Amino acid sequence: MSAPLLELQDFSVAYRTQHQPVSAVSGVSLAVNEREIVGLVGESGCGKSTLSLAIMGLLPTATRISGSITFAGRDLSMLNEEETRQLRGDRISMIFQDPMTSLDPTFSIGSQVAEVITAHRRVSAAAAQSRAIDLLREVGIPDPAARYYDPPHRFSGGMRQRVVIAAALANEPALLLADEPTTALDVTIQAQILTLLRDLRGRHETAIMLITHDLGVVAQTCDRVGVMYAGQLVETASVGELFSAPRHPYTQALLAALPTTEHSPGSLRVIDGRVPDLTDPPDGCRFAPRCPHAMPECRAVPPLAADTDGHQVACWLDPLTRAAAGGTGSSGAGDSPPLGAEHE
Amino acid sequence: MATQGGHGTARRQMTGLRGLERRTKVGACILAVLVLVALFAPVIAPHNPEAISGNLVLGAPDAAHPFGSDALGRDVLSRVMFAFRVSLAVAAGSVVLALIIGTAIGLTAGYFGGWVDTLLMRPIEMLLALPALLLAVSLIAIVGPGSLVATLAIAIIYLPIIARVVRGSALVVSAQPYVEAARARGSSHPATMLRHVLPNAAPPALVQASVLMGFALQIEAALSFLGLGAQPPTSSLGLMLSDGRDVLSQAPWVEVFPGLAIAVTVLAFNLFGDGLRGRLDPGRATR
Repeated sequence: MSAPLLELQDFSVAYRTQHQPVSAVSGVSLAVNEREIVGLVGESGCGKSTLSLAIMGLLPTATRISGSITFAGRDLSMLNEEETRQLRGDRISMIFQDPMTSLDPTFSIGSQVAEVITAHRRVSAAAAQSRAIDLLREVGIPDPAARYYDPPHRFSGGMRQRVVIAAALANEPALLLADEPTTALDVTIQAQILTLLRDLRGRHETAIMLITHDLGVVAQTCDRVGVMYAGQLVETASVGELFSAPRHPYTQALLAALPTTEHSPGSLRVIDGRVPDLTDPPDGCRFAPRCPHAMPECRAVPPLAADTDGHQVACWLDPLTRAAAGGTGSSGAGDSPPLGAEHE
Repeated sequence: MATQGGHGTARRQMTGLRGLERRTKVGACILAVLVLVALFAPVIAPHNPEAISGNLVLGAPDAAHPFGSDALGRDVLSRVMFAFRVSLAVAAGSVVLALIIGTAIGLTAGYFGGWVDTLLMRPIEMLLALPALLLAVSLIAIVGPGSLVATLAIAIIYLPIIARVVRGSALVVSAQPYVEAARARGSSHPATMLRHVLPNAAPPALVQASVLMGFALQIEAALSFLGLGAQPPTSSLGLMLSDGRDVLSQAPWVEVFPGLAIAVTVLAFNLFGDGLRGRLDPGRATR
C-alpha cells in the first residue's frame, strides 16, 4: 500500500487561554489515503474543527502544537508561512460550515472563485475568469457566465455552498477539508451537496476529509470514518464496519443514541454525564468518566490499535489495544481482567 | 429566494443618487455646487478679490456687489469664493491625509490584533488624549503658521479618530468567516487585508470622514481666525471672519457671509455623511 496522502501522528493542540491551556486535540493519529473520503465525527467541541484548521496551518498563534502532520510526504510543521500559503487553496482546500458568511459580501461570486486561481497560478484575468465560469457550471450554478458578476446575497445557501466548493476545487487540490459543509443547509440541499462532493471526488480524484456531527452524512458519503471524543480519536473503521460492529464504548453509545423507528417517540437514548472540561481533562481515556465499562486501567491513555482490516480502536477493553500496549502503561492490569468488566 | 434579480444580465447594485434619502440628496447637491464654486472661482467670481476700491469701503450689498464690500472696498462675494477654495482645500487635504494614514494603521492593528494592535494603537490613543486645538496650535508654534501646516495639524487631530474607527470595524470584519475562508484559499496576509478586510471595514471610516470634513472646515476657520492658518494675502473663511469682526457694527455683511458659508458647508457635509452611513453599509445595501 502506498503512503497515505495525509498522515497525522500523535498530534495534539492546546489553546493558550488566560487561565489554563485548553487541550483541544490530544494524541490523534489518523491517515487519509488518496481519493478517499474520510469522515470525522464527534460532538461539538471535540476538536474536529481544530484539527482541520491545524492541517490548513490556520490555527491562531497562541496555540501549542505537538506531533506531526505529513502531507504528500512533506512535514507541514517544517514549512514557512509562504510555503503554507502556497499549499492552501492549491493542494489542500477547505469548505466551511456556513455558506452564508464564508463568501465576501462585497465581491461577485465569480471573482472570488477566480481569485483562488490567480493567487496560485500565473494566468491572465481572462483565463482565470473562464476557468471560474467552467467551475461554477461544474458545481451546478445555472447560467454561470451571467451569474459570475452577482454578489453572494443574490444566492441561496445551497447555491452559495456550491460556489464555495467551486472555489475550493479551482486548483484541483489533492485534499479537500469539508468542515460541516451541510450543517447550515436543509436536508434536501444537504443531499445534493453530498452527492456533488462524491461526484467531484470521482472526477477530480480529490481525497476528502468530511468533518461532521451527523452520522447520517457519514453513512451516506464516506469510505472510512474516525470517531473523536473530547480531543481524542477513539476509533476508526470503514463505514460498514463502524455501523455494524462498533468496538469503542463511545461509538456504541453514539450509535445506540440514534433514533430509530423501533423506539417510541419521546424515548431518545442519551449518554449519561457530560463532556469533560478540556482545561482539566481526565487522565487517560477521556470517555472513562461516562463509560459504563470504566476500570482502573482507563487512567492510562489507550493506544490506537488496528486489526488486519484496518479497524482501529483505542480502548482497554479491546484485546488489540492491550496487545499494542504490550501489557505496559497500565497499573494492575493483571488484577481484574478488563474484558470481564464488560459482562458485569 | 435570493436568486431572483440578475436575470441573465450582470447587473451590479445601483450606485449614484437614486435611492438615497432626501436629506442626503440635499447635502450632496449643496456640496456639488460648493465644490464647483471652489473649482471655478477664478472664472465665476464677479470681481478681482484683491482689488481695492476707495469709494466702495464697507459698501452695502447691491446688484454689482451682492455680498457688499469690506473695509478696503474689496468685493465680499468674490473674496468668499476664493477664501472658500482655500478652506475647502485645507479641509479636504487634511481629511484625506488622515484617512490614508489612519486607515493603514487601524487596518493593520485590527487585522493582526495582539501585540501589533497594542504597538500601533497605544501611541494613537495618546494622541487622542491631547486637546485638538492645543495640538494644532503647538504644531504651528513649532513650524510656523500657514495653510499647509494647518492641513497637517488637522490631519494629526483626525488621524487617531479614523484609526480607531477603522480598527474597530477591521476587528469585526477580520473575525468573519469569509476572511478565514480567503486565507484558506491561499490569500496572503496583505492580499486578505486589502481585498477582503478593507472594503468591508472602510464604510464607517468614510462616513466618519465626510462628517469630519465639516469639522475640519471649522477648525481651519478657527486657526485662520487666530492668525495661525492662511496668511494674507491668501484669504480663508476664518481670516475673513477675523477681518469682519472689526467692522461688525457698521457693516455686518463682511462678517455674516463668510460665516454663512461655513455654516452651510458644515451642514451639507453632515447631511451627506449621515445619509452615506446607510448607503455604504454592504449588509444593508440592496435588500
